[in-house]
Amino acid sequence: MNTFQTNATVVKTEQLGPQIYRLTFSAYDIAKSAKPGQFVMLKASQGLDPLLRRPFSIHQVTEQGTLQILFKAIGKGTQYLSALKVGDVIDIVGPLGNGFDINTAGGHCLVGGGMGIAPMLYLAKEIIKGNKPVDLKIILGAQNKDEIAQLLLNFSELGVEVIHATDDGSSGHHGFVTELMEPILTNNNEKDWNIYCCGPHPMMKQVASICDKNSWNCWVSMETMMACGIGACLGCTIQGINTIQKQSQNYMHVCKDGPIFRAADIKW
Amino acid sequence: MLKVRIGSLSLPNPVMTASGTFGYGKEYEDFVNIHKLGAIVVKGISFDPRPGNPPPRIVETACGMLNAIGLQNVGVERFIEEKLPYLRNMNCRVIVNILGDSVEEYCAITQRLNEEKGIQAIELNISCPNVKKGGVAFGTNSSMAHEVVSQVRKETSLPLIVKLSPNVTDITEMAKAAEDGGADAVSLINTLIGMAIDIHKKKPVLANTIGGLSGPAIKPVALRMVWQVADAVKIPVIGIGGISTWQDAIEFILAGASAIQVGTANFFNPRITDEIIIGIEDYLKKNKYSSVREIIGLAKN
Repeated sequence: MNTFQTNATVVKTEQLGPQIYRLTFSAYDIAKSAKPGQFVMLKASQGLDPLLRRPFSIHQVTEQGTLQILFKAIGKGTQYLSALKVGDVIDIVGPLGNGFDINTAGGHCLVGGGMGIAPMLYLAKEIIKGNKPVDLKIILGAQNKDEIAQLLLNFSELGVEVIHATDDGSSGHHGFVTELMEPILTNNNEKDWNIYCCGPHPMMKQVASICDKNSWNCWVSMETMMACGIGACLGCTIQGINTIQKQSQNYMHVCKDGPIFRAADIKW
Repeated sequence: MLKVRIGSLSLPNPVMTASGTFGYGKEYEDFVNIHKLGAIVVKGISFDPRPGNPPPRIVETACGMLNAIGLQNVGVERFIEEKLPYLRNMNCRVIVNILGDSVEEYCAITQRLNEEKGIQAIELNISCPNVKKGGVAFGTNSSMAHEVVSQVRKETSLPLIVKLSPNVTDITEMAKAAEDGGADAVSLINTLIGMAIDIHKKKPVLANTIGGLSGPAIKPVALRMVWQVADAVKIPVIGIGGISTWQDAIEFILAGASAIQVGTANFFNPRITDEIIIGIEDYLKKNKYSSVREIIGLAKN
């Protein structure tokens, strides 16, 4: 048994910026068996509206068995979650999906955009945990300073280089994270990079193309509409690039085949 | 207390999983004691594997969801090779939902399933288009429904359940056609056809434009149809449509259903079937019934 459905208690709530929230739950079983890049499905209502659970990347876990998610309150479900208080109980299913496989050779570069930053903190900590010294670069992007300031503090505690960009130039590089990748990674002794990426679809597409050009390994965390998260509904389909025998399509499912995919396997 | 009979099929309880919402059973092993379920109705099987529709395939609606999965499945051979052995080992009662675009395809799948052990019944999804008859769904034309049911009937001695589409003028006509064709039971309802439009992109949300609506939103419609069909046929009726709580299940049984299937609720609460079994038993005890059979259709008296 490695997936759990559990009633988790909210132990901490934080507002990190306008509409940006971080919730910490006590969810021992899930936290203990999770790995970076995996996700959880949260029941984001008391009743039947919204009906379906909401998927969230795992943002952090602790030894004490807590689990964190990071999100922007936009729709009904996320607004419900943003109003939760310490002591409230919520139904969580997880950990789900495959998670990142951390490559043992070469340098690592984490690229996170917007709420796609969420899984990167967990992944960065896991990479640093590995015993040999690692070449680790972190590139983060957001719309503006308010969205990213608090998160930058969390990353800076890791003691590795963090570079960031904002769409409006209010903090860091004025522009996109994709503009920072090549200048940073090509002017380096390490030539063999592993790129781990999560963010809006156009950003991941661009990252995938940069990696392809430079022959870097690239993994992306995909997002789709999802009903069950456990491989039953077959709703979270994306199109893969390889054609399976006798089939013109190569449909992959984000919940079971992913959410982490090799960028080269996806039809962008 | 919970034992029910569907034709020659005897089940320890009336709670099944609706086809397409429970995968091939294994997907739920971490959440539910799958061998304790009345039966598992597996994802619909065609003769050859089907890749399904392009994305987006699903969209959430008020208290429900639309899906246009496009009957993606592994095909009958891979089902037998890869999925059935697990269910057999787990001692699950397996009902295989089958689909085809011709009478011949339905019959060919049935013949293949006849050779295998560990299958308790076949459920016929007749909501598929009949390619030879211009794509009209088998389940929306009573003579076509009768034809496919009676042909499959000839092929097997397994209990035969016919799953009815609600997208018809009079569902009791379809139920009678299935009964006349030799069905042992009818299950209803399949999804209601619907759609959603993205107002920013100004086009349908689903790549397939239309999809099947399921979830609590359709429960009153389903309950009404079960009520009508239970009056119209003598064979057992299996109630499906938005069942999300044990109270919902009791409503369907009181309306005349001998058993029920839980569908979309499996998605938002993967252990719901276990909870419903317990809920039905508690209800019977509290109301001093010794068997669930005593309350089938009780609301009609």
